[in-house]
Amino acid sequence: MAIHHGRGFASINYPIGMNLGGDPSQALVHSTPDGKFKVTLSSIDLGQGIKSVGRQLAAETLGVPVEDVFVDTADSDTGPHDMGSFASRGTHRMGNAIIRAATEARAQLLEAAAEELEVDASDLVTDGRGNIHVRGAPSRSISVEATATAAQFNQGRTLAGRGIFLVPLSEVDSVTGEMTPVSSFAHAALIIDLTVDDETGEVEVQNINSAYEVGRALNPRLVEQQLIGGAWMGVSHALYETTEPNYPERSHGPIDFNHYLQPGPGDTVPHHISVLERPAPDAPFGGKGPGEMCANPVLPAIANAVFNAVGVECDSLPITPEKVLRGIRANGGARPQGRPGA
Amino acid sequence: MKSPVTFRLNGSETAVFVDSGANLLDVLRRGCGDLSPKYGCGQGSCGACTVLIGGEPHVSCLVLAETVAGRSVETTGGLSNGPDLHPLQRAFIEGFAAQCGYCTPGMLMSAKALLDRNPSPTRSEVEEAISGNLCRCTGYEPIIDAILEAAKQRGAA
Repeated sequence: MAIHHGRGFASINYPIGMNLGGDPSQALVHSTPDGKFKVTLSSIDLGQGIKSVGRQLAAETLGVPVEDVFVDTADSDTGPHDMGSFASRGTHRMGNAIIRAATEARAQLLEAAAEELEVDASDLVTDGRGNIHVRGAPSRSISVEATATAAQFNQGRTLAGRGIFLVPLSEVDSVTGEMTPVSSFAHAALIIDLTVDDETGEVEVQNINSAYEVGRALNPRLVEQQLIGGAWMGVSHALYETTEPNYPERSHGPIDFNHYLQPGPGDTVPHHISVLERPAPDAPFGGKGPGEMCANPVLPAIANAVFNAVGVECDSLPITPEKVLRGIRANGGARPQGRPGA
Repeated sequence: MKSPVTFRLNGSETAVFVDSGANLLDVLRRGCGDLSPKYGCGQGSCGACTVLIGGEPHVSCLVLAETVAGRSVETTGGLSNGPDLHPLQRAFIEGFAAQCGYCTPGMLMSAKALLDRNPSPTRSEVEEAISGNLCRCTGYEPIIDAILEAAKQRGAA
């Protein structure tokens, strides 16, 4: 009886968004009379950070401080339409829509400022600190706040923008079956080191090393946070979580958090991440977003590492001690596969 | 039948009429308007409703409200002192220790109970202290790091 070490590798190409009848997102941007900007979305932020990233994208495009932008995702009944927060599409689809809406609002902001300064709007630039001035002449300036107030109360003008980003339906070629289901891919490669106890069948993940290519990491801390949490979820799916009963009776299955197995705070795994940035041409400032692929490569890498450790190929999840032990028994014992170069 | 219960909620004397058999979580949220403890599972397995009673962490969904009469109850709603955040809150924010945020109030209270009795815990003591709090987003690591960081900051202060 022994503890066997195993190493497994997996790499993925992950499609951003989907193409079932086209994949649109809409955004609206408008200013308040005191020069703050509201971004209205129906994207739902369930922790992945679309509110933070949307705020950054709008501020960058408008040319105003990020503190002066507020994202409202309150109500999908009254907000502009979005397909939803899934398919790792939020940053890419909604981000593009926000940039378009903010671009239109910025044009109106500059026109209103031009009227106040009695100059041409095309000569105006923003300083990103809440001011608009004539290019090359910082003293010929007006604040965003004063511009918004003038637009509202003197000019009778809205500072608002509409944006939609649509990846249209891709028709299937009737001869080849070829189509373009997505617009861009993100990539990842991940290595798992683990141990398998051939007496208990228990698998313990010891180390995760990964590289993720996410376009531009628009908010590096959020990207890292999402990757760490998502990898944990991948480990959880690979080794623990199932609604299936371990024994034939359905009633023996988990019905609550006490019996639905998940790794706890004592089961965290050191995870070293390298984020590779290759800005994507069709993505908002190049950012594709990590999304679902945080978890995806973890599962096959663990299955491969278990095979490497004891020679058991598990083709169903989760890889429970029972499955590992049955596999070892079917093989007539543990069959470590060795490691090239080790 | 309703009966009056008086206790200290985050340092303030609080009186509320409670139905017999009502749980503390329900009374805090509906009776006192303190929405900081969260309802997760309602059966004491997830820890989202964790509050401190006499400084000790309890899952408030399993505590009969009448049993806190005369006692002190602390919730995340009382952690900050006006605009001054508790070191744990600061460490959670700076360490990106929340994603969806639903477990965060429970995590903060379990962590506060730990740091109040053990100002410089080891990593495994932190893991033990939050072992009754489920998190589905972060993988726990940023939370553990944030609690250790808060302990360090408090030690330095």
